Amino acid sequence: MSLLEIKNATLKFGGVVAVNDLSFNVEEGEVYAIVGPNGAGKSTVFNLISRFYDPFAGSFTFDGRNLLDFKADGIADLGIARTFQNIELFEHATVLQNLLVGRHRHRRTTLIEEMLFTRRVRREEYKHRAAVEEVIDFLDLQPYRDKMIAGLPYGVRKVVELGRALSSNPRLLLLDEPASGLSVEETQDMRWWIDDIRKQMGITVLMVEHDMGLVSAVSDRVLALADGAKLAEGTPGEVQSNPAVIEAYLGAGAV
Amino acid sequence: MRIQFKTSYAHDIRLFADRWTFGVYAVLLIIAFALPFILGVFYLGEVTNVLIWAIAGLGLMLLTGQTGQASLGHAAFLAVGAYSGAILMESGVPFILAFPAAGIITGVVGTLIAIPAIRMHGVYLAIATIALSILADDIIVLTEHWTGGVSGKFFMPVELFGFEIDRWGTPFKFYYLVLVVAIICTLFYRNLLRSPLGRAMAAVRDSEVSATAMGVHIAYTKAIAFGVSCAITGLAGVLMGMFAGIINNETFSIVISISLLMMIVIGGLGSIHGAFFGAIVIAFLPQAISITTKASGLTVAIPGLEQAIFATILVLFILFEPMGIYGRWMKIRIWFELFPFARKDMFRRQKSYLKTERLR
Repeated sequence: MSLLEIKNATLKFGGVVAVNDLSFNVEEGEVYAIVGPNGAGKSTVFNLISRFYDPFAGSFTFDGRNLLDFKADGIADLGIARTFQNIELFEHATVLQNLLVGRHRHRRTTLIEEMLFTRRVRREEYKHRAAVEEVIDFLDLQPYRDKMIAGLPYGVRKVVELGRALSSNPRLLLLDEPASGLSVEETQDMRWWIDDIRKQMGITVLMVEHDMGLVSAVSDRVLALADGAKLAEGTPGEVQSNPAVIEAYLGAGAV
Repeated sequence: MRIQFKTSYAHDIRLFADRWTFGVYAVLLIIAFALPFILGVFYLGEVTNVLIWAIAGLGLMLLTGQTGQASLGHAAFLAVGAYSGAILMESGVPFILAFPAAGIITGVVGTLIAIPAIRMHGVYLAIATIALSILADDIIVLTEHWTGGVSGKFFMPVELFGFEIDRWGTPFKFYYLVLVVAIICTLFYRNLLRSPLGRAMAAVRDSEVSATAMGVHIAYTKAIAFGVSCAITGLAGVLMGMFAGIINNETFSIVISISLLMMIVIGGLGSIHGAFFGAIVIAFLPQAISITTKASGLTVAIPGLEQAIFATILVLFILFEPMGIYGRWMKIRIWFELFPFARKDMFRRQKSYLKTERLR
């Protein structure tokens, strides 16, 4: 059984069909990339999985559980973490605090305990901080640890957002354009990190990305979308040489 | 420049960053406890007033500064606290029980009101809570049977641990009571900041979308913020009632709500210091104005002078120092710590980047 199974997903905004009868499976332990021209519905698929949108039709199964039974704030609890295309960090908090919010699904203490800061809260805090510190180490965020997000450069914010998603110890990581706006070196770093996330941490990665260099370097399988429907699926090489994909990107007659 | 070397996770969650900070607050605390021996009765009363406002400010700060929910209805919650405290004590409940009970009642009322209110955002929430402030007046008059209506409710001296606390008879005991409550509320606030719920509140403030994606239940977090905020405000309400001696439907008017919000903006949104700095301004300014007008030989009262000065100060702060007094204080401190390396544009705001289009 696949980790994430999406069957016949359809979403319409008024007359616009954003996702059209889309089915795909993500296997445990793989890096699965979704590519496609702008407006193809890539981010919409992510928002469907995070339950920000209610699908028109279709079934979404994660690890045998029906995602439609959960609300948007219950998805993290299942072990699905995500980043956003345009960076949604908590601006007026430090990097450390941002990453600690990623640990929210592991909160075990109650309001009263936290107000009194009991021994149990303190023990839990140590655990959260130990976990977050590993992520900081992994992503080389030490220099920015206690800095406010509001003053950080774009590239670092991108990494912090990845870190926040990793802090929640997810099983499935949704990366929405992890390399957009990054320099060549930063994209290289991102490539190693995605590799390590899969190999060392054993986290399945589902990502949307435009940078075909990054996609072919890290992903096992690629799904090409156009107008909300599946165009091609397969290894990066297969998809890149698929005539339908080339047509969608470059227009008819380009082959 | 002081550099902190962190050697364990405990360093990050300590109440005080280092020995120096601890020392500063210890001295501050000693001065606070020694004040009755230094100040006269009048000024001690003024300081007590500042502390009461600061407690109310802490309550609103948790909601507005920490969770990002503007409320112009906190005078109503001061009233709920004050009246429930007064009614409980009148029916013979000892102060030690009635006081926290008043806080809890206000917290529960606040949470109940929050359930419909948290569907609203930003300015709409502010407008809805204004309605609350205005309604409070009428409700107090209508429920005359319990509240005493226009003629009001009196606060009698209370007894706590064998001491009789009377605002007029024993002002220094009342001051200590207020000081201890202020310290406890500050501690509660500080503890929340360093635990998951406080971070969830900041997350709700800065980005509801990604807070949701991280598993933060938005409505629950806002409701809790309302509850705790109102509970603290309710405690301040009881103290305010004891300070005034008598309360009626006009004591907790919308002006108090506006002053409270102004206070935390002037003090510095999102910080504990801000609540105290703001309280000093709000509580001392009327005195300062009347002292200066007397000193300048003016014999006629100028109507609206106080409001005009308040408004000017607020506008100036929003224009030139949106971070409030606390923000200015931090900048001055950093300037000295870095001396002579502070740069002119160091605190200029960075360009912020596009946010994900709001999903709702």
